[in-house]
Amino acid sequence: MNLGAHAGFIVAAYAAAAAMVGVLILWVALDYRAQRRSLDELEQRGITRRSQTKETP
Amino acid sequence: MALIDLANPSRFLALAGRALPWLAFATALAFGVGLVMAFNAPDDYQQGATVKIMFLHVPAAWLGMFGWTLMSLSAFGTLVWRHPLADVAAKAAVPIGAAFTLLCLVTGSLWGRPMWGTSWVWDARLTSVLVLFLMYLGVMALYRTAEDPARGARAAAILTLVGAINLPIIKFSVDWWNTLHQPASVIRLGAPAIHPAILTPLLVMALAFLLLFLTLHLAAMRNEILRRRVRTLRLIQADESHA
Amino acid sequence: MKELAALLMRDIKLAVRAGGGALIGALFFLIVATLLPFAIGPDLALLARIGPAMLWIGALLASLLALDRLFATDYEDGSLDLIMMGRAPLEFAILAKALAHWLTTALPLVVVAPLLGLLLNMEFQSMTFVALTLLAGTPALTCIGLIGAALAVTLRRGGLLLAVLVLPLTIPVLIFGVAASNAAIAGPVPFGPPFTILCALSLASIVIGPFAAAAALRHGLE
Repeated sequence: MNLGAHAGFIVAAYAAAAAMVGVLILWVALDYRAQRRSLDELEQRGITRRSQTKETP
Repeated sequence: MALIDLANPSRFLALAGRALPWLAFATALAFGVGLVMAFNAPDDYQQGATVKIMFLHVPAAWLGMFGWTLMSLSAFGTLVWRHPLADVAAKAAVPIGAAFTLLCLVTGSLWGRPMWGTSWVWDARLTSVLVLFLMYLGVMALYRTAEDPARGARAAAILTLVGAINLPIIKFSVDWWNTLHQPASVIRLGAPAIHPAILTPLLVMALAFLLLFLTLHLAAMRNEILRRRVRTLRLIQADESHA
Repeated sequence: MKELAALLMRDIKLAVRAGGGALIGALFFLIVATLLPFAIGPDLALLARIGPAMLWIGALLASLLALDRLFATDYEDGSLDLIMMGRAPLEFAILAKALAHWLTTALPLVVVAPLLGLLLNMEFQSMTFVALTLLAGTPALTCIGLIGAALAVTLRRGGLLLAVLVLPLTIPVLIFGVAASNAAIAGPVPFGPPFTILCALSLASIVIGPFAAAAALRHGLE
């Protein structure tokens, strides 16, 4: 595969895209873990929602 | 499953948990196929191999706009039907849409450097995308300022709809302004007629990006629902410790 | 109608009396235009060329200055609740407030603009054209600002947010305002098209602004 004279720019663009996708995935995954952990913590302390079916917005 | 069933966050969480692995798998598959096709695509006679940047740049631009469309539809859900998931959907879409818009700007700049000789030109399309990015940042700032999530969601919904009315006007005025200050010999991005050998990989990459957006959005919505639960529990905890 | 007139008079009185911000905008505008030559040097030819654009940027920033007070002071002393409960539709009440705001902050800008044009080495004819475009364009700035002011007041700490939310929406007004001034002064585009589009933007904003601001207040303060 020959990327021609501007190979650096092409590689940089694909690297930027990969980095952005990576950051987004990492953000979503870490956020999920953090929320799950605090939810478990609160529930272990015996704090429950008044109703388990309806969410207060 | 009707839309009304999805109004129940617990049911939505269960559905999201089941759908996410499949969506992630489909995204990976689409990217695999799309990237292979993109790198086997022929070079453009004018732009050479840099046309490969288009396979990132153009789908990113489409999804940046798709994000705002999704937010506008959710804004209707918030203001008109008060659908409880509409707030969540709108808020989860903001950072993802902003990220795709930023990617469009970065790849556009990396494409422009060898093609135009500068990293940034005040080209009509690039400028419009920059304004879109600024508006995403404005909505994000609004969400961060709001103390009460429900109030913040309604304010953001109104801003989103005003933005949706304004974006075509901004696009029109920027185009007009650009023809007024036409710089000499600018290569237009995305020529009117694209050869199928380039169009097919572009569409596959666009599909892959769309699946990526949907996967991330679903996961972010799930996080947002959990965040609201944590907030509710914390408020209950604060109430109980006061009593 | 009587209520709206009363609201208009009240807002004008509040703005021109002690503590009101009526002439602060014009003063700010004057200071910006004075600072400009210090930033780019006293090159009269250059100043004359970028004068219209600079006057427009100055007007844009000056119109933001008093915006955060538009609903915030009424919210603090409770009169906003009275306005919302009043018999007049909220959209028209907001339009009356916007008119009062425009008369006390934007109109002084239009009046002092020719004066500042003098400092920036612009011809008399150019100055009148810039003032004319400001007269046609500032209603749009005020009405777009309404939306930001309404959103900011529902979020309580939204004062800083206002400029960030409002400025991107004003890009079309800026483009056509400056284009119309430049077309009148230097050509080659005729003055008509950009000026009529500027007027259209103003008219559309006069409709959309109060409507969106009323929706923001209704949804935000319930």
